[in-house]
Amino acid sequence: MTQNQVAVTGLAVDGPAGIVVAPFDFSIAPGETLALIGESGSGKTLSAKAIAGLLPSGFTARGTIALTSATIELPATDAVWRATRGRRISLLLQDPFTSLSPVHRCGTQIAMTIQAASTTRLSRAECAELVTHRLAEVNLPADVARAFPHELSGGMRQRVAIAAALATDPELLIADEPTTALDASNQGEILDLLRGLQEQRGMAALLISHDLGMVRGRAENVLVMRHGEIVERGDTSSVLNSPSHPYTRALIEADPSLTDRSAGVVRAASGINGDGSKTGDLVAATNLTKSFGDKTVLRGVDVTVGRGETVGIVGESGSGKTTIARCIAGLELETSGVIEFDGVALAPGRASRIPTQMQIVFQDPYSSLNPMISVGRSLKLALRVAQRPASDLNGLLHLVELPVEFARKRPAELSGGQRQRVAIARALAVQPQLLICDESVSALDVSVQKQILDLLAKLRVDLGLSILFISHDLAVVRQLADRVYVLRNGEVVESGECHDVLNSPTHPYTQALVAASIHEAPAY
Amino acid sequence: MAHHASRRWLEVIPNPIARASRARPLGRMLVVRVLGTLGILLVLSIIVFSMLHLAPGDIVKNLLGNRPSSPDAVAAIRAQYHLDQPLYMQYLIWLGNTLTGDFGQSIRLQDSVANVIGARLGITASLSGLAFLLAVIVAIPLGVQSAVRSGSWIDRFATGFGIVGLSAPTFAVGLLLLYGFAFYVPIFPVYGSGDGGLDTLWHLVLPAITLALGLGAIILKLTRTAMLRELESDYVTFGRARGLPDRQVHLIALRNAAIPIVTGASLVLTFLVGGTVLAETTFALPGLGTLLQGSVLFKDIAVVQALTLLVAVTIATIALLADLAYIFLDPRIRAKEGAQ
Repeated sequence: MTQNQVAVTGLAVDGPAGIVVAPFDFSIAPGETLALIGESGSGKTLSAKAIAGLLPSGFTARGTIALTSATIELPATDAVWRATRGRRISLLLQDPFTSLSPVHRCGTQIAMTIQAASTTRLSRAECAELVTHRLAEVNLPADVARAFPHELSGGMRQRVAIAAALATDPELLIADEPTTALDASNQGEILDLLRGLQEQRGMAALLISHDLGMVRGRAENVLVMRHGEIVERGDTSSVLNSPSHPYTRALIEADPSLTDRSAGVVRAASGINGDGSKTGDLVAATNLTKSFGDKTVLRGVDVTVGRGETVGIVGESGSGKTTIARCIAGLELETSGVIEFDGVALAPGRASRIPTQMQIVFQDPYSSLNPMISVGRSLKLALRVAQRPASDLNGLLHLVELPVEFARKRPAELSGGQRQRVAIARALAVQPQLLICDESVSALDVSVQKQILDLLAKLRVDLGLSILFISHDLAVVRQLADRVYVLRNGEVVESGECHDVLNSPTHPYTQALVAASIHEAPAY
Repeated sequence: MAHHASRRWLEVIPNPIARASRARPLGRMLVVRVLGTLGILLVLSIIVFSMLHLAPGDIVKNLLGNRPSSPDAVAAIRAQYHLDQPLYMQYLIWLGNTLTGDFGQSIRLQDSVANVIGARLGITASLSGLAFLLAVIVAIPLGVQSAVRSGSWIDRFATGFGIVGLSAPTFAVGLLLLYGFAFYVPIFPVYGSGDGGLDTLWHLVLPAITLALGLGAIILKLTRTAMLRELESDYVTFGRARGLPDRQVHLIALRNAAIPIVTGASLVLTFLVGGTVLAETTFALPGLGTLLQGSVLFKDIAVVQALTLLVAVTIATIALLADLAYIFLDPRIRAKEGAQ
């Protein structure tokens, strides 16, 4: 063990029902990064919180954290943590949309951290100067200090959070999924920014992620955690290139950015013209425009979805992709343009649509299901809308590959993937012709993501569904879509066969997106 | 905030022009609200007017009392108060007078309604204000502490206080306080409104505490719930993770919890406007509550009408102030108001 490094020995977390994280050791040299990889529920976030002294009540930590400036025996008292948090160890959270207080200006939030770490009382002007300096470090202009978090993009918000987390110059930064909530093109930037800041300061970093691809080239060492135990450890390239544990191999295989499945099973499904019934598009939106006040989010977009076709719309947050979906579903009133369904123009709004035309599956299965009623009741309510008998319930659960017993469970008892299956079943209860998936897999772990995508692929074959699939994640769209539209600032910059667009993009923006989504793959 | 010129690159941050144009939707909102309130007042005055006429009892008899009455005298009184006119005419006469600023005569007190209400407004306003102030000053800090130290003795005390405050009837609390602090330990006066100034304030302490107990309990519960929710949020964890002192983290959470607390407080305040009747009766205070009670029993229509409308205007004003407070408290609502 060399000097000046962060060394953690025997770190373990005990929960109300016994050991949650089994004891493990690690050390990080200054300026280096250790990645802790695992899926949600593996115990990686609890490990992070244990090191930051922020475990939820009911959990206790054991072990020793040796820093250059202090050694902390866990569990430590509040007084010890007060001297440690911020000044020695700082924790950066996953979601920049919730980790900053929405009613305080960004500058104020950074200034609070600076003041908290300072031994003397700083004047307003001194604080403002330091805030400007901290913002400059994360490549943000001084103006951002006056902005409220909601006025910034996700990437900028996470930069503000980084500036706030590092304002105290900690020895160890724990970054808990710092880019999971961000768009593909922002993810790389943020991680590279962190890497740069870390090297400048000789700060050790513990990068927590579920995404192995993300870690490639950005961490010296990797720990792979499963069910609270470390199953594999080693330097990054050897773990990624020759994983020894089957779980690590499964993680690598499930990662969509590392394996191109675009020519896979899914696309063979386009058997729609075989029956020779109706031709023409199921949905055709022409010259769609939408403004909110003086802010225009869609500028004359044309989108079509054929019968049995799966169409992807790709773009970053704020590009207007969700607005297209909401206009088609009648949840948002388009400012101008025509939306035709089955050749018939639909008036804006929900009143002109019937449930069997289309259903929507939202991003967050945690909030789209009513937590107070059982899965069975939710689905029966949906069946009643379709005037189908309640006895169809079992068939519906079977359709989304859930056991019949799940009808009695409440959403809180289900995992994210299971909840999203229920949400899909609910949408399918009315037997819609079009299924709109608005970032439906974005909130899920990669391996669960793959299962849901496989389910959607199966459903479209079995039911002859048309799917409009909205995502910021090219790798996900690549797996499912026949055709793809690339959206930017409310305009379609490129469209065509999914395979063509993603393998040989012509528009510079698409090229940048593609590069950002697969930049890990060719390395090493 | 409008004096930074160089934010060309950052289109998302509203520029000074956008900020100026934001004043317009705000003005529109105010106009809509005032018009809506006027509509409500009109409907309310019709309902109250009709209901008082539907209620049993005769104003003339109330006025004459036990004195022997001649048919002439009755007719004269009926003519004087327009009681001989058809009902809709009576209403229209009242409406016409009201619109010109004349709220009519109190039949019972033989004085103009404006005088009658004016003389009692001060007491009720001071009582409500004092009660509200007491409730807010005690309940919000107690609610915050109770959420921060959830499960501790202070939380248990606050919960107990909440239950007592919510379930104890106002008159019972009033009598208990009178017994305790005016009779047993005679530090406060038993009844009346005092001689004005500090003496009046002294007389209002016990009634204000009586009212504040129920109000405070509601505000306490709301504050505790809102704080508990905010303390769970990511920005609180992140604040602690970067070493902010506990006090500051709690202040951040409180600032975020302000909207539900303001909503609760404004609802409670409107409840208070009606709730003063009980306290004024218990403590024999000559305020608007006792006036309303007496006037309804006497069918003193002009006074009841004026008081009802006064209460309605107060409630509408409180609601409007609460909505303006949201805009002030939450930059996201501010942005949305601007975009409409």
